[in-house]
Amino acid sequence: MKRLLIALSIIGLAGVSDAAQAVNWWDLGNTKVGPAETLKQFHTYFKEQNPKMPLEKYALGSYAFSPEMYSQYQEAIQFNPGDLTLSQGKALWTKPFANGKSYASCYPDGGKGVAAHYPMYDPKTHDIVTIGTSLNACRKANGEAPLKYGSSDMVALQTYLTSLSNGMPMDVQVQGPGATQAFEEGKAYFFMKRGQLNFSCATCHVAYAGKYLRAQIISPVQGQSAHFPTYRAAWSAVNTLQKRMQGCDKKVGAVPQPLESADYQRLEYFMSYLSNGIKINVPGYRP
Amino acid sequence: MMSKPIERRQFLGASLATGAVATAAGLGLIKPQLAFADNVAGWPAKAFDAKLLKEAMSDSVGKTNVPVSSKVKLTAPTIAENGGAVPVTIEVDSPMTEDDYIAAVYLFVDHNPTPLASQFTFTPAAGKAYIQQRIKMAKTDNVRVVAKTNKGVLMASAPREVKVTIGGCGG
Amino acid sequence: MAGNVGNPMIRMASSAKKGEIVEIRSLIMNPMTTGLTKDKAGKVIPAHFIQTVTVTFDDKPLLDIDWSTAVSANPYLAFKLRAESSGTLKMVWKDNTGGNWSADSKLTVA
Repeated sequence: MKRLLIALSIIGLAGVSDAAQAVNWWDLGNTKVGPAETLKQFHTYFKEQNPKMPLEKYALGSYAFSPEMYSQYQEAIQFNPGDLTLSQGKALWTKPFANGKSYASCYPDGGKGVAAHYPMYDPKTHDIVTIGTSLNACRKANGEAPLKYGSSDMVALQTYLTSLSNGMPMDVQVQGPGATQAFEEGKAYFFMKRGQLNFSCATCHVAYAGKYLRAQIISPVQGQSAHFPTYRAAWSAVNTLQKRMQGCDKKVGAVPQPLESADYQRLEYFMSYLSNGIKINVPGYRP
Repeated sequence: MMSKPIERRQFLGASLATGAVATAAGLGLIKPQLAFADNVAGWPAKAFDAKLLKEAMSDSVGKTNVPVSSKVKLTAPTIAENGGAVPVTIEVDSPMTEDDYIAAVYLFVDHNPTPLASQFTFTPAAGKAYIQQRIKMAKTDNVRVVAKTNKGVLMASAPREVKVTIGGCGG
Repeated sequence: MAGNVGNPMIRMASSAKKGEIVEIRSLIMNPMTTGLTKDKAGKVIPAHFIQTVTVTFDDKPLLDIDWSTAVSANPYLAFKLRAESSGTLKMVWKDNTGGNWSADSKLTVA
């Protein structure tokens, strides 16, 4: 127990979690357990941290931990500014390509319910496919030039396509060795310390989830994917999870990667799987 | 000055817009970074350019000392989630009939670079003198509202302090 | 095509009883920059913001709003209307760069 506390105080997190028998947050980074066991461990960890919080409430992120902030959120979503981007996305989605076909023709069921299963692993190409890359693949298949990731058109389309799964629980699949490897690579990235601050994603979004870091409550990783793309007051705009990853990397003093980099795709795959069971609700609204 | 702004805007028309900026610039009232190229006709530039609360109030309301009334309700969070998007709700008790209605409401943030944040003109048809919007606050500060009835009676809300903090890693 | 200005939206019930107070919510895209910040190159970002919002119902003035740069980006505005007769609510937003947008919504009053 004493060695445990010394180790904790060295990391500077003494008092955060001293439960000896419970799941230790750093053990969650074990890249050998596979997806199903990982999800079970994360659920157990967060249940121990917040015994009274049902799984669905994690969809609210940091708002689940502060009634004052939650009421500001409720005021904001009376009319989410992200809806302006959503309507732009709808207009772009319904406009046919030069060849007369539309985005809906690229997806089963016209795109409805599709986002719940993204990202996905393509065993033929050994690539992760995200909503963004699937939109550009659709464009390519129909003779259109690709859209730049992060451009307002692409973000609007990502928002609209994802919204066609609103109300459905996330259901990302990790089947087979290739997918499992990509999943574990995403997990490794999540737990890897980087940057001048030497933080990993887990340092904040697991170890400090629900707690204050400076003046803000940190959101738990569980539930994050379900509300992206989101409007953020800090951005005064809607943007994607990968855009947020770039922001987080910058904040810890690490060099951000380009959108849809292999690392970010695997990280998105891992993070989305962790939100399985939580209902999609986009565009979100966050500080 | 603010009693019939709709007619005032219609009267001024578009032709006076650039003239107003040129004159005001000549009077040194507009600093370079705030010299708007194309002010909308009738937009009260002078009141919006005032740097101190007292100036902003005398330029808009016409008075700097307004009695507080419980009829003027201002709701804002105690701690803002984001200083760039602070929700405020204004509601002034009034029958809103042709004889007795709230004609104008002025919203101030005491120490903002330009304290007059917004100005609202109501007609009785609104039914309620109610506004909800989001404002930017540079730092922890007071937000306050002044209402003017159609008969020129002025009343103010109590000032409401909103704490604005620097974010964590959220940026 | 997806920009960061315009695209106004109004949310209002489509019908109401006579005398009922109806709440109207609106949003429009606009950066609402203050003219007091600089970009990464150190250049001042010019002020770009909506200055006036004119609301009419059935072509009669309802509300007139003047905004400063202190209003948040992509400005949200909610206000009320006493439903007296059927008509169209119309909103016109104007910014300081000559931008001009309008949107409307119909109300049926029983």
